[in-house]
Amino acid sequence: MSTRPEKVYFFGTCLIDLCYPQAGMAGIDLLQQQGIEVVFPQKQSCCGQPAYNAGFPEETKKVARQQLKAFPKDYPIVVPSGSCGGMLKHHYPRLFADEPEAAEAQRFAGRVYELTEFLVTVLDVKLEDRGPPIKATWHSSCSALREMGVIEHSKSLIRQLQNVELIELQRERECCGFGGTFSVKQPDLSSAMVADKAADIEQTGASVVLSGDCGCLLNIGGALEYRQIPIPARHIADFILERTHG
Amino acid sequence: MASTTVVDFPSNFIKALGNPQLRRNLRAAMDTLGLRRRTLFADPAFFAQLRARGDAIRQRSLRKLPQLLEQLERKCTENGIQVHWAETTTEASQICLDLIQRHNATRVIKGKSMVSEEMHLNHVLEEHGIEALETDLGEYIIQLDHETPSHIIVPAIHKNRDQIAHLFHEKIPDTPYTEVVEELNAIARKVLREKFFAGEVGVSGANFAVAETGTLCLVENEGNGRMCTTAPPVHIVVMGLEKVVERLEDVPPLLRLLTGSATGQLITTYFNMITSPRKPGEKDGPREVHLVLLDNGRSKILADPQLRETLKCIRCGACLNHCPVYTRLGGHAYGYVYPGPIGSILTPQIEGLDHAGAMASASSLCGACEEVCPVKIPITHILRRLRNESYNKVDSPNAVKGHGYKSNLAESLTWKGWAMSNAAPWANALNAKMLAMLGSQLTKLTKVELVKNWSQGRTLPRFAPKSLHVLAKEKGIPHE
Repeated sequence: MSTRPEKVYFFGTCLIDLCYPQAGMAGIDLLQQQGIEVVFPQKQSCCGQPAYNAGFPEETKKVARQQLKAFPKDYPIVVPSGSCGGMLKHHYPRLFADEPEAAEAQRFAGRVYELTEFLVTVLDVKLEDRGPPIKATWHSSCSALREMGVIEHSKSLIRQLQNVELIELQRERECCGFGGTFSVKQPDLSSAMVADKAADIEQTGASVVLSGDCGCLLNIGGALEYRQIPIPARHIADFILERTHG
Repeated sequence: MASTTVVDFPSNFIKALGNPQLRRNLRAAMDTLGLRRRTLFADPAFFAQLRARGDAIRQRSLRKLPQLLEQLERKCTENGIQVHWAETTTEASQICLDLIQRHNATRVIKGKSMVSEEMHLNHVLEEHGIEALETDLGEYIIQLDHETPSHIIVPAIHKNRDQIAHLFHEKIPDTPYTEVVEELNAIARKVLREKFFAGEVGVSGANFAVAETGTLCLVENEGNGRMCTTAPPVHIVVMGLEKVVERLEDVPPLLRLLTGSATGQLITTYFNMITSPRKPGEKDGPREVHLVLLDNGRSKILADPQLRETLKCIRCGACLNHCPVYTRLGGHAYGYVYPGPIGSILTPQIEGLDHAGAMASASSLCGACEEVCPVKIPITHILRRLRNESYNKVDSPNAVKGHGYKSNLAESLTWKGWAMSNAAPWANALNAKMLAMLGSQLTKLTKVELVKNWSQGRTLPRFAPKSLHVLAKEKGIPHE
């Protein structure tokens, strides 16, 4: 268990900023409930991943430098996304390896935690479920799974909720087909992948699908809604906050 | 298939995705292969250790490649194996053709070899009136149907039993229809047995070549490789020049990784180690053994420290088996010899981005391939590099062939604009405000390609009326 800090930075991510701000506020709330002071730098924007994955490293660096500047102090940086977390933690050092910011990027990367990872490994949170019995399923984002390795932390939080029955997907480890710009550059492949994901979610009989990444949620939620399958796709922070508030 | 052809990726993809039979066959086969692999490598610590060794061996081999190739040539020559160098696939095919014609041979029997596919050798031989019969069962099946391999390990994996039953009944004379696997095997076995005895030259690939001993290693399950390499009087081995390893002791860990990753086998039924032609007094084996070493762009790949990692590949196919894209498309849709994740990084480097660069965009970068790769090839990093060089011209001798082919003003302006708005807080705030005003009105922009593409099977995102920046400020969250 890492030492418990007094203050943390919150990196909201651009997708949460624009489409799921309530998930971001829920993440902040969960941290505050644990007595942590949360700092939200107003000068933050996007981690830079869209350009990085599309093949534009120079443009990525411009945006990444802004994040290095926006989080100057030594606080842990908590990110409600495995994907953006992976970018900050694992790709920044690589991106800046041959740049003057190399050491700064390394230090920055060392401070990054995915939200559920932080709640479990640093804060050791204990959740009390105040919601009615419900069946939920879980989608692992590829970066949370393979880059950040935080899936067990996320699922352990769901399992703490007594009235929530977690039903796992048949292909939990398979990509939902979002992949950032992949979703619009390869629409046929992407939509074929998310169609299978939607079917997998539907067969669980769960009444909600949870994930720690808003890219996946946009994709999966959109696919479920398109098919008129009445299963909302929700961010885990949002869900946990609602359950524990009753 | 050749580099002169333009592959129409989008229409290939749509065709493959719309073929439910293909989708079912692939899914079932990939699930089986994946399960077998997981069962064999059930202990993650053991696998991590083994693949670290595999990675180290392959890195060392590539670091010393020029000297190891010289050593291999010297050792092979001492052992009586004749070594030929080919810079291009055309040269490699010509060397094979000359050797075959020198022996007045018209019947060639082949063991499975992806390099021979890369050379389009069968086609070249056919044009010169030479029959090249594939003797690996999967290869034999697709050859009967005039197809190319759809997978680098299991070439007929896109077909199911019923399809093979029909094919045998239609294409092999006097063959009654049967769907019984043992009977189908027996039918192929009967045809192939006769061909083995009639084969005048055997052609095979090689999985590893050991520099210190001049040994060529061939992994197989059916015994057809043993037949091709021993029954005919002449044996020609075609091999990519990156397949060299330094020492004999490098082979066991790589072999274990190869068979385990490919088919979940602890060891294959046959493992051939060929170190010389028939020696005086020996009763079998070919009189001549030739090794054709193919470059075809590999030296150029070797020169770049990042791209070089591509050449660590031992062709196990695990990246294909675990790829959510390959699983839905199969190999043919990629339009080139090497499909799936490894094909998507190797092919653009060999054929040029201007021909095959689109393969690099057919990935969600999910990383399932890297997770299973037995030699830790950083596939997603190389895919990003290829995407970068597709759009941007690079001033370096190591730039990938055809770099900058996709360079266009609209795309660069988009990303420049994106960078500007995300690097300046005021612009980011303005952008968020504008999108918030747009709200769920995106649906009206159906003519915009981005919107149209997303709308394929998905409803559009709705932008929140207030961004997290705004909410955090309103709630008084400190921002320091």
